Amino acid sequence: MTAHATPAAEESSERLCGLLAEFADAPALVEAARTVREAGIRRFDSHSPFPVHGIDGAMGIRPTVLPWLVMGAGVAGAIVALVMQWWTNAVDYPLNISGKPLFSLPANIPVTFELIILFSALTAFFGVLALNGLPRFHDPLSQSERFRRATADRFFISIDARDAAFDATRLRGLLEGAGATAVETVYEAPTAAQIPPVIYLAGIVVVSLALIPPLWIAKDRRSTSDTPRMHPVRDMDDQPRFQPQADTPLFANGQTMRLPVPGTIASGDLRDDDHFFRGTEGEQFVTTLPPQVQPVTLAFVQRGRERYDVYCAPCHGLAGAGDGITSVRALARPDSPGWVPPLSLHSLGVREQPIGKIFNSITNGIRTMPAYNAQIPPQDRWAIVVYVLALQRSQNAVLDDLPPEEREKLELRDFRN
Amino acid sequence: MTAVDNTFNLPGQRAPLVTGKADYATITQDVCAIAEQHRPPRSWYIAFAVSVATLGVLGAAIVYLITTGIGVWGNNSPAFWGFDIVNFVFWVGIGHAGTLISAILFLFRQQWRTSINRMAEAMTIFAVMCAGLFPAIHVGRVWLIYWLAPYPNWLAMWPNFRSPLLWDVFAVSTYATVSALFWYLGMIPDLATLRDRAQTPIRRMAYGLFALGWTGSARAWHHYERAYLLLAALATPLVLSVHSVVSFDFAVSQVPGWHTTVFPPYFVAGAIFSGFAMVITLAVPARAYFGLKHLITPRHLENICKVILVTSLMVGYAYSIELFTAWYSQNPYESFLFLGNRPFGPYGVFYWIMVTCNVVIPQLFWFKKCRTTAWIMVVIAILVNVGMWMERFVIMMSLTRDFLPSSWGLFIPTPIDIVMFIGSFGLFFTLFLLFCRYLPVVAMAEVKTVLPHGHQP
Repeated sequence: MTAHATPAAEESSERLCGLLAEFADAPALVEAARTVREAGIRRFDSHSPFPVHGIDGAMGIRPTVLPWLVMGAGVAGAIVALVMQWWTNAVDYPLNISGKPLFSLPANIPVTFELIILFSALTAFFGVLALNGLPRFHDPLSQSERFRRATADRFFISIDARDAAFDATRLRGLLEGAGATAVETVYEAPTAAQIPPVIYLAGIVVVSLALIPPLWIAKDRRSTSDTPRMHPVRDMDDQPRFQPQADTPLFANGQTMRLPVPGTIASGDLRDDDHFFRGTEGEQFVTTLPPQVQPVTLAFVQRGRERYDVYCAPCHGLAGAGDGITSVRALARPDSPGWVPPLSLHSLGVREQPIGKIFNSITNGIRTMPAYNAQIPPQDRWAIVVYVLALQRSQNAVLDDLPPEEREKLELRDFRN
Repeated sequence: MTAVDNTFNLPGQRAPLVTGKADYATITQDVCAIAEQHRPPRSWYIAFAVSVATLGVLGAAIVYLITTGIGVWGNNSPAFWGFDIVNFVFWVGIGHAGTLISAILFLFRQQWRTSINRMAEAMTIFAVMCAGLFPAIHVGRVWLIYWLAPYPNWLAMWPNFRSPLLWDVFAVSTYATVSALFWYLGMIPDLATLRDRAQTPIRRMAYGLFALGWTGSARAWHHYERAYLLLAALATPLVLSVHSVVSFDFAVSQVPGWHTTVFPPYFVAGAIFSGFAMVITLAVPARAYFGLKHLITPRHLENICKVILVTSLMVGYAYSIELFTAWYSQNPYESFLFLGNRPFGPYGVFYWIMVTCNVVIPQLFWFKKCRTTAWIMVVIAILVNVGMWMERFVIMMSLTRDFLPSSWGLFIPTPIDIVMFIGSFGLFFTLFLLFCRYLPVVAMAEVKTVLPHGHQP
């Protein structure tokens, strides 16, 4: 550095920065500050190792605006906290916690309070730096050896040469008259305030290097690749285990999959009642309903009708005539040559079947009709069987089937017109 | 102790806060000399080596924990919280005394705080770092801890802002931030002093970087003093809120022994209690070791002992009111816990250690002899911190026996649990020793304002 601070050095290349006066104690500093201010100087400052009482009035320092900034930050913190909590937990992703209100002030006070404090404290800290023009890593005064005691045990007044009323000779006399123990003129070389090129270079290198990772990430996020995505944290994705149908040395037969012990029956799979589950007895189809569904109630028949309308009616038709909507539409299409229309349930062949055979047809399917044992539980299959019997009866009834009083009503009606 | 006894109050006369022949120059010299010595004494190296070794063990334990899983701890069902949360509450409580000294005593114009506030604030920050460590690693998958923050993400999820654990995240991180700002702001003038006294370019640059160009300008002091006051006024309710929120982690749950309204004040009192004990533990050796007996005087220590005594009574009150409430409420679960399980159950011995250390032993501070004898107060302070750790442990163990006897269990710490607790002291003391070595341990600028006028040059 070429800058130095001697009263004699008045080279043309060095800029006059101002005057620096040293005082022995705080009361002398306050008095001198008042004198300087009364002499019409405005661009001056005093320096002390600790805050000196009364200096603000002597120098005419106006109250700081900092408390207002901090209050503004506190209000902003409250608003940010409340809006954030309301929007995130009540609007964007309503989070129901035990049925409590999505937004209720008491539960949201702690975070609000903390953010008020956080915003205020950050503003107080960065506000005081900003108001003081800090950080400032170059100060012409730092060229003065003497000035280094300003932070230890001495008191100083500095007057800026840019002040309109600056007059080095007059002010020197003024300061000495005010009790200064020493007065010196501060000069600074024009280059002194510049950052050294080495630091510039280092800064450029550091910034360039720091840009590489984010740019790399940005590039990879924007482009495609045929290799799998990098996954630094595996979490539970990688779980060592045997795959089914793979080899293993662990078991004698070399397979990973284990077969159940012979004779194992899964829960609910024991079907040792042929009458109920298969509709057979020995080699023969049964002709009676199983005891599980007896006696037949009206509700059971209605259940059968409801299931029939769901599973059977699409092909067999609601009345069982084989005219279900699926069959009708399939026959209407010229391009469906393979369609076998369902039998009418009222055809003689079907009517003569034992009921165990009807049950078996539903259970296992017949010809092109698929098996329905997976969809319909046995109880419901029997209900459908009962309903089919009812349909057959209804479609093939004779007059003698009616009770006498109903028959009378029918005979009395005139069918001629 | 020093020749001048400033522990008496003479009517009409203030006891000096700085004893001996101290002026601006000697205070600067005495404090800066600690940070400026070329080679610290051998004892510093020994203490530092032990601390760093302990810190290394902590680091190894953390790596083991993260790579293996939190099953290396003794935590289990029903004791989902074990040493991790005990240590968290213990350390965050220790931190509270620093903020109390620096903020609350500042607002109350208790000028005796100036000699000890820097050290106490450093203690706060290091303790909060130790505290923050435990919940951070306790979450299990540490690399996803950013999920705690409310940021827009592809999960389309937000944190639950009505959970005390989330409040805790905000409270502790705000506390750490504000404490660090407060500490650093207070240190800027002193860093400038060290910068201006620096003999080598490296020291000058390092301290200069952090002093931010401070020149002790009156215009700067004007903003600075107001900012310091504002931060003190903000830190005061903050410190009360932090341990209240920590206590909500427990009090908002249903567990018998946790679900009580006395918890926030009880926790805050306990925090100040343990924190002041830690201040004694640190300040008494430091003042002797660094030759600061004229700045940290017997009066300071006696005042701290008085605070410990008062907070001990508060904590004792909380213990007794818990017992009373358990009996008076006739709630069978509360009665079982407080009148049966806690004092006489599997962890009963820890309960009685807690009562002895926290309520009985601090009563010695009624005697002036105990308040002014260094070794007695250090012994009591260490016992207080033992007791306060036990308190948190006893509270945590309420988990092991709650409503349903069929789901009762036991918590037994593993060696990793114990190593990590000891290791956290390694972290704390490593940071504290580095602080003592490189930073101004006493707030010089502040002490200069409380000098008696007769000592000024």
